Amino acid sequence: MAAPLVRIFSKSCRQISRPWGACQAGWRSRSTRSAPDVASDQAAGMVSFPPLQTYSEEESMMREAVKKFAQERIAPLVSKMDENSAMDEDVIKSLFEQGLMGIEIDPEYGGTGSSFFSSILVIEELAKVDPSVAVLCDIQNTLINTLFSKLGNPAQKEQYLTRLSTDMIGSFCLSEAESGSDAFSLKTRAEKHKDYYIINGSKMWISNAEHAGVFLVMANVDPSAGYRGITCFIVDRDTEGLEICKKENKLGLRASSTCPLNFDNVKVPEKNILGQIGHGYKYAIGMLNEGRIGIASQMLGLAQGCFDHTIPYTRQRIQFGKRIFDFQGLQHQIAHVATQIEAARLLTYNAARLKEAGRPFIKEACMAKYFTAEVATLTTSKCIEWMGGVGFTKDYPIEKYYRDCKIGTIYEGTTNIQLSSIAKFIDKEYDH
Amino acid sequence: MSGRVLVGVKRVIDYAVKIRVKPDNTGVVTDGVKHSMNPFCEIAVEEAVKLKEKKLIKEVVAVSCGPQQAQETIRTALAMGADRGIHVEVAGKDYETLGPLQVSKILAALAKKEDAQLIILGKQAIDDDCNQTGQMTAALLDWPQGTFASEVSLEGDKVKVVREIDGGLETIKINTPAVVTADLRLNTPRYATLPNIMKAKKKKIANVKPADLGVDLTSRLEVLRVDEPPQRQAGMKGSTELSRRDS
Repeated sequence: MAAPLVRIFSKSCRQISRPWGACQAGWRSRSTRSAPDVASDQAAGMVSFPPLQTYSEEESMMREAVKKFAQERIAPLVSKMDENSAMDEDVIKSLFEQGLMGIEIDPEYGGTGSSFFSSILVIEELAKVDPSVAVLCDIQNTLINTLFSKLGNPAQKEQYLTRLSTDMIGSFCLSEAESGSDAFSLKTRAEKHKDYYIINGSKMWISNAEHAGVFLVMANVDPSAGYRGITCFIVDRDTEGLEICKKENKLGLRASSTCPLNFDNVKVPEKNILGQIGHGYKYAIGMLNEGRIGIASQMLGLAQGCFDHTIPYTRQRIQFGKRIFDFQGLQHQIAHVATQIEAARLLTYNAARLKEAGRPFIKEACMAKYFTAEVATLTTSKCIEWMGGVGFTKDYPIEKYYRDCKIGTIYEGTTNIQLSSIAKFIDKEYDH
Repeated sequence: MSGRVLVGVKRVIDYAVKIRVKPDNTGVVTDGVKHSMNPFCEIAVEEAVKLKEKKLIKEVVAVSCGPQQAQETIRTALAMGADRGIHVEVAGKDYETLGPLQVSKILAALAKKEDAQLIILGKQAIDDDCNQTGQMTAALLDWPQGTFASEVSLEGDKVKVVREIDGGLETIKINTPAVVTADLRLNTPRYATLPNIMKAKKKKIANVKPADLGVDLTSRLEVLRVDEPPQRQAGMKGSTELSRRDS
């Protein structure tokens, strides 16, 4: 078992060393060259296997830019958006203006043309300030844009990608009242007529629905074929028969709209099928594997943001003549939580780099999502305790993080589903 | 007129960082400390990019003097909209003693070499608060200067500058080529959007050595000692006896 793993590892490391080399070279003087030479990097005595927290110059710049933007433009509005359960229109507009909604989309369609890892860093930085804004950005980038980019035919890409990167939000519609984890038992039906389909049914828990301009709807064209009938349809917002119902009044992530949808004889032309008929289930699983890493990043940012708000308080608050940070009991708790966050970060970054390298990443993505959601829950709970009474009031941002983190163990694959998936992989690994 | 604007950008310790003096009192701790572009330099870059967007000038060149890390600062300027960058390599001891006099000599040499129509700088850097580079550069070039600018407009071959001075606002009109230094209220610098960061990767940064420009980096100043400001002492309550006797 060990030998083939080592072979794969060293072969891929040679593949990886090019982007890693780029990471290192970014910090060195580059004069007028734009792509570094791997050989010269190694000649300069550079590490071939840099730590996971190594970023290319582009990734560092993006992270700094988003950090600044989030602190200055989003942070002042977080409390209000949470209270009113409504995302500020200006925030949405500025997300598009900053190029945060089309990170991986090709510049020819108005996107930023950057990498998956950049998306992960962006989502993490946004989540440190407001996890609701982060989830909006995450769904757009890791689900909607990826689906269109990978499966769209030229006409569909032409019609939608430019709008998705400049002004239109998308929603991914899979879950129903009767099918959450058991996604493939979905009942929404699409009946074929000549060159169009009639969709009937309803969806639930659809994020971004309040503002979305386009909906990717998973409907079954042939229930007798079971899940092999599930097909992905592109449904524009103003299509007749599509009803976006009142948004849910949620515990957390309140600024992110979550609505039920009703489909009442919604007519969708055949050309609006994304990908192939009956392959919807494959697309859903495939995209959710990547989306998992995005959610992991959101939970990671949430935990870190909450932690960053709390530690300064513990260093200032004096009880019994010393800072509460100086009590060993507190120090041990804080160190424990910090270690968990670090581990969560490494899991997330590694899953993202594996995906970028084209290597198998699904088990690692499941582990990242499951673990970071748990870490977020632990961190926020502890942070409230460390803040004492003020942690319990809405005057401080801590209680919001506590409310926001809970959904992490539930959406985009519940913790139990993640654990079962990991177990399946482990089972296969020990097959020979 | 070349339509070229030179913008100086300085890499300084980030404004939000708590400054600590080195134990040997020779300076402040810079290792591992977050650095970013001087806020007044950001305002200078924004003004230059705005002029280009209004099509009043043709090219914005960002210049920074310092070690390799200065390239990050130039890249930020490129991401804000500058067209290309010039990195003047100054490292080690030379960098520690680099001050307004040497920088203004470098900028003057570059301005001549690049045939600049306008030099826009931040009014001062937040690490040394010298407020000298703009003025010295203008003097070395024998160019007019519009410092502490809160408004800049190009009118033909002249520049109208509204200056913030102690008594209020002073409006002057100066000939180009000229040096302008940006004050706080000149504009609000834009964020570097992600697509612009990507575009900045393709923009060129040229490397130049001060010797190539014929500039001598020897400093005329020697820092003897750096100390923290004195700790705030507790106030003392005055005696109330006196006031009662007087009344």
